[in-house]
Amino acid sequence: MKKDDLRSIAASRILILDGAMGTMIQRYNLTEDDFRNDSLKDHHASLKGNNDLLALTRPDILEAIHDAYFEAGADIVETNTFSSTSIAQDDYDLPHLVYDLNYESARIASDVANRCTEKNPDKPRYVAGSIGPTNKTASLSPDVNDPAYRAVTYDELVAAYKEQMIALIDGGVDAFLIETIFDTLNAKAALFAAEEAMAEKGVTVPIMVSGTITDASGRTLSGQTAEAFLISMSHVPLLSVGFNCALGAAQLTPYIDVVSRNTEALVSAHPNAGLPNEMGAYDQTPEQMANEISEYLDRGIINIVGGCCGTTPDHIRAIAEMAATYEPRKIKVEA
Amino acid sequence: MKQARLILSGLEPLVITQDSNFVNVGERTNVTGSRKFLRLIKEENFTDALEVARDQVEGGAQIIDINMDEGMIDGKEAMTTFLKLIAAEPDIARVPIMIDSSKWEIIEAGLKVVQGKCVVNSISLKEGEATFKEQATLIRRYGAAVVVMAFDETGQADSYERRVEICGRAYKILTEEVGFPSTDIIFDPNIFPVATGMEEHRSNALDFFRATTWIKENCPGALVSGGVSNVSFSFRGNPRVREAMHSAFLYHGIKAGMDMGIVNPTMLEVYDEIDDKLLTLVEDVLLDRNDDATEALLDYAAKNQSSAKSVEKDLSWREQSVEKRLEYSLVKGLVEFIEEDTEEARQQYDRPLEVIEGPLMAGMNVVGDLFGSGKMFLPQVVKSARVMKRSVAYLTPYLEADKSKAGASAGKIVLATVKGDVHDIGKNIVGVVMACNGFEIVDLGVMVPAATILDRAIEEGADAIGLSGLITPSLDEMIHVAEEMKIRGMNLPLLIGGATTSRVHTAVKILPAYDGPLVHVNDASRAVPVLSSLIGEKKEESAGAIRDEYRELRAKYLERGQTKEFISIEEARTNGMKIDWSSWSPSAPNQLGVQAINPSLRDLSPYIDWTPYFKTWGLHGKFPAILEDNVVGEEATKVWEDTQVMLQEMIASNLLRPTGVFGIFEASRKGDDVNVKKNGQTLETFHFLRQQQKKHKEAANHSLADFIAPEEHGTDHIGCFAVTSGHGLEKLLETFERDQDDYRSIMAKALADRYAEAFAEYLHERVRKNFWGYASDENLDNTALIAESYKGIRPAPGYPACPDHLEKETIWKLLNAEANTGITLTESLAMYPAASVSGYYFANAESKYFGLGKIGKDQVEEYAQRRNISVEDVERWLGSSLNYEKEYSLK
Repeated sequence: MKKDDLRSIAASRILILDGAMGTMIQRYNLTEDDFRNDSLKDHHASLKGNNDLLALTRPDILEAIHDAYFEAGADIVETNTFSSTSIAQDDYDLPHLVYDLNYESARIASDVANRCTEKNPDKPRYVAGSIGPTNKTASLSPDVNDPAYRAVTYDELVAAYKEQMIALIDGGVDAFLIETIFDTLNAKAALFAAEEAMAEKGVTVPIMVSGTITDASGRTLSGQTAEAFLISMSHVPLLSVGFNCALGAAQLTPYIDVVSRNTEALVSAHPNAGLPNEMGAYDQTPEQMANEISEYLDRGIINIVGGCCGTTPDHIRAIAEMAATYEPRKIKVEA
Repeated sequence: MKQARLILSGLEPLVITQDSNFVNVGERTNVTGSRKFLRLIKEENFTDALEVARDQVEGGAQIIDINMDEGMIDGKEAMTTFLKLIAAEPDIARVPIMIDSSKWEIIEAGLKVVQGKCVVNSISLKEGEATFKEQATLIRRYGAAVVVMAFDETGQADSYERRVEICGRAYKILTEEVGFPSTDIIFDPNIFPVATGMEEHRSNALDFFRATTWIKENCPGALVSGGVSNVSFSFRGNPRVREAMHSAFLYHGIKAGMDMGIVNPTMLEVYDEIDDKLLTLVEDVLLDRNDDATEALLDYAAKNQSSAKSVEKDLSWREQSVEKRLEYSLVKGLVEFIEEDTEEARQQYDRPLEVIEGPLMAGMNVVGDLFGSGKMFLPQVVKSARVMKRSVAYLTPYLEADKSKAGASAGKIVLATVKGDVHDIGKNIVGVVMACNGFEIVDLGVMVPAATILDRAIEEGADAIGLSGLITPSLDEMIHVAEEMKIRGMNLPLLIGGATTSRVHTAVKILPAYDGPLVHVNDASRAVPVLSSLIGEKKEESAGAIRDEYRELRAKYLERGQTKEFISIEEARTNGMKIDWSSWSPSAPNQLGVQAINPSLRDLSPYIDWTPYFKTWGLHGKFPAILEDNVVGEEATKVWEDTQVMLQEMIASNLLRPTGVFGIFEASRKGDDVNVKKNGQTLETFHFLRQQQKKHKEAANHSLADFIAPEEHGTDHIGCFAVTSGHGLEKLLETFERDQDDYRSIMAKALADRYAEAFAEYLHERVRKNFWGYASDENLDNTALIAESYKGIRPAPGYPACPDHLEKETIWKLLNAEANTGITLTESLAMYPAASVSGYYFANAESKYFGLGKIGKDQVEEYAQRRNISVEDVERWLGSSLNYEKEYSLK
């Protein structure tokens, strides 16, 4: 389906990204059976919690969640593929399913997006392929006694990401969203893989990157400041760059601000619904969160906004309504 | 808003704007520029190596340059390990990294372990556009900026036109074809020396400035960098002129648009504080302002030379007492007045012996003290010894007439290179230094059997024995000598020295074999105090203290040996290097079989690697930078000048006759063996060993065999060679020895060694380009050759990748080497003449140097079977490569 490209739409309004997938899936109270289909019924490892598998076992749930987010006002939904790399699926002994997981997730999200676009052609809908950080770090040693040890290498990451990205392209995504980056070297491997995957498929897929500032130190887990992170990601033309997860909208403001001042790409944020409470749950209401996000809007430092952990279609609706009354960030091209 | 010129990152950003000052790059974490860092990396002392990096960052370096290009280091491994360790040190990792290597594989490996935006240093058009584009594309994909050297297929840019041509071309390719951001391009348009006296060098600085301006005008966004100290190369030894030149160069360079560079901050004068006259002269030279500029600056430099040089012509020292004059000649190494002064002293003193024991010994003590405290260097000491010998030679007839006994020596030492070994430069140097310190030296020469050493020691009434050796089997021979001493009930101090010996080996392997005083001495300056303590009044205490120290060392070593992890030979083989043979296509050599080759010295001279030559003289540093080193530069320059004289003579009169042979054969791998064939029939078999230390996940357990294709993938090839430059050396040495000239004798031997290495390099290149021909398009200069930037390797039996010397016998058979070259193998399989090199040729692009490390008993047993010799024999030949204690049986 022919749609305007995201960057040109972003010139006229703030784009809305969807909210949490995991939070929504939890509402279904799924059991081990929901994560198994015929071919997985005898799989030796427990599969409950491997949410990415739902693309194969319960596509109906993914469709419903994507639909709910589009209905709430999202322009872009993310595929349910955060952990769909061979490295992450290795935990479940399912690395061989990587292609199917990504292809099916992308196809499901694209079908929903296309239906919504047909219904309302004035508001075209998009799908971003979610690319998580994997569960291993390329620049940190998990072994305190051997700081030079690495549990994963750049080349292994490139291979895993490329496999995921090719399947996402085949499934029809409109963009890649490399997100929750806690180790920049992992993300650089993802960018490297993206170029290889695009070259192999002969297509250009806009790339969105989103880092994670782990705490009030203002640094990524691998130690970079927001600006150093941005510089390390800037060798590839990016559709957008920003931050997600770990912090709530208010805590993210200074870092979004740094990025906004130093990039010609669009700026994105999809924060958590506040900080987790004592029980590890997020209890910021849609109104509270939208209120915090209004600070980005007031300052004119945001182009794409959505939600991460703890956010729901209601949060997205509140954010979308708020954002619709503001102008998007103007991209300053440095003289 | 300030426009950014260059943006980099470590853990923190580095944004260089139009308003930023000149950016200085930290250069001490570079093995080619820092002796200390090289030593730390060789010793795998990464803890202290990290401190070097930390000091630089704390000292204000905005970027740190890291370089691991050294022949004996696995550069890729060292680079990635060091970078990974830096990642764990936030104080260091906060600044961006400059990954510096002439080898692409090292650069690429480095790029894969750093999260920040780095600078690659460097790439160029040297190997053509295709390689350049490919590397630039990858560098961009890895997210780094790049230094581009002004170098293309025909060579390094040496004029304004060539600089502009190459930089312009590189810029166009990078920005238009590769899509490289222009602000990530840093040109290094080559800073070359000025005022060299060569007409074509006159405009070197000006060309650089003009090229910089041109780059700034025509390559929008690109930056300019360079290594500044090169420009003043002609004025080494004259820091005042050099510092002025560096400051003036930077002043004009920055004005022309230079953004960053590598400058030694201690070699920089403040521009405004340069003396007006000097500044005018310097700027006349840099800007090529008039025809006499070079002449005028040289004139100024000569008049303002540091004191050391002018003293030589200042004869005021001749007015001092004869004792002082003798001391002066000894310290300065001057022979001009020595006989005259010795005669005067002889007349003043009652007996000729008193001249030796009095003023001459006093003078040599001054030399010894200066050497001991690091104020004199080895070549100077050797020259002092030459003066001493001259003086003693003059006195000898009078001594004999006087018939008095010369019994006042500090002690008598028997020195020998052990049986099977022919290397003696180090031993000779130790002998000279000891002689300078009053010891009487009985030098038994090379290849001396244990019995001869011990008989002579008893006969001479020696106070100590010193053993030397270079090749690994000599280690066992030394143990044998020690055992013999024990059997004979001798209790003389035993000194162990030579390149392969070590304190650890002495403590672990020789200590149990001998009960008398034992010490390892590898440094001529250490030999004297150690020896003095072992034969002096407190000799028992000293020997006991050393023994205790070695016992502790031994215990620690044995403990450590147990904690290292080894895997079985089967596991190691499974984890061997996997070359994709299915996509490999054999490249047929242009010629097969054996061929003799006899180049002239002139052919070989360009291939000499001078850095190890200076090391022989105890002068450490990379050539040619060593000539301008703050500490040893002056002495290195003197040695260099003397060397040039001898070199010219050697070349002009063909004093050495290089003789070599090589062969290229069909070959196929079977397990860790490689069968060498002719028309499908196996001629001989090379037996290779495999690393058994447990590796990190991504690293392989290497064996040289892995670089040869197994039979089922087609016919592969292997080569081998033996070359020498030692024929003619003995005759040459005779003349020097007649003149008591140790300085020239050591120089000639060291040059012969260099020529042998150069021959190996020369032949390898011809094999790659012509005889085998797999790299016919290769185009490397000597620096690149030394850095081993070429494809394929030439490992030598007895060296880290293949420590078994027995392989030489196989090579000798294949090449009929003794008949073809006159190189014989001793019983320890050392090559004679000593100035010889032999080895294999591997052509596969993935072949690389590595160190075998220790191997396990399982491999030793299997290897013994493959080689069809006893396990004990294997253990004897591979003694220092075993990860277990072999049992010594006392005869």
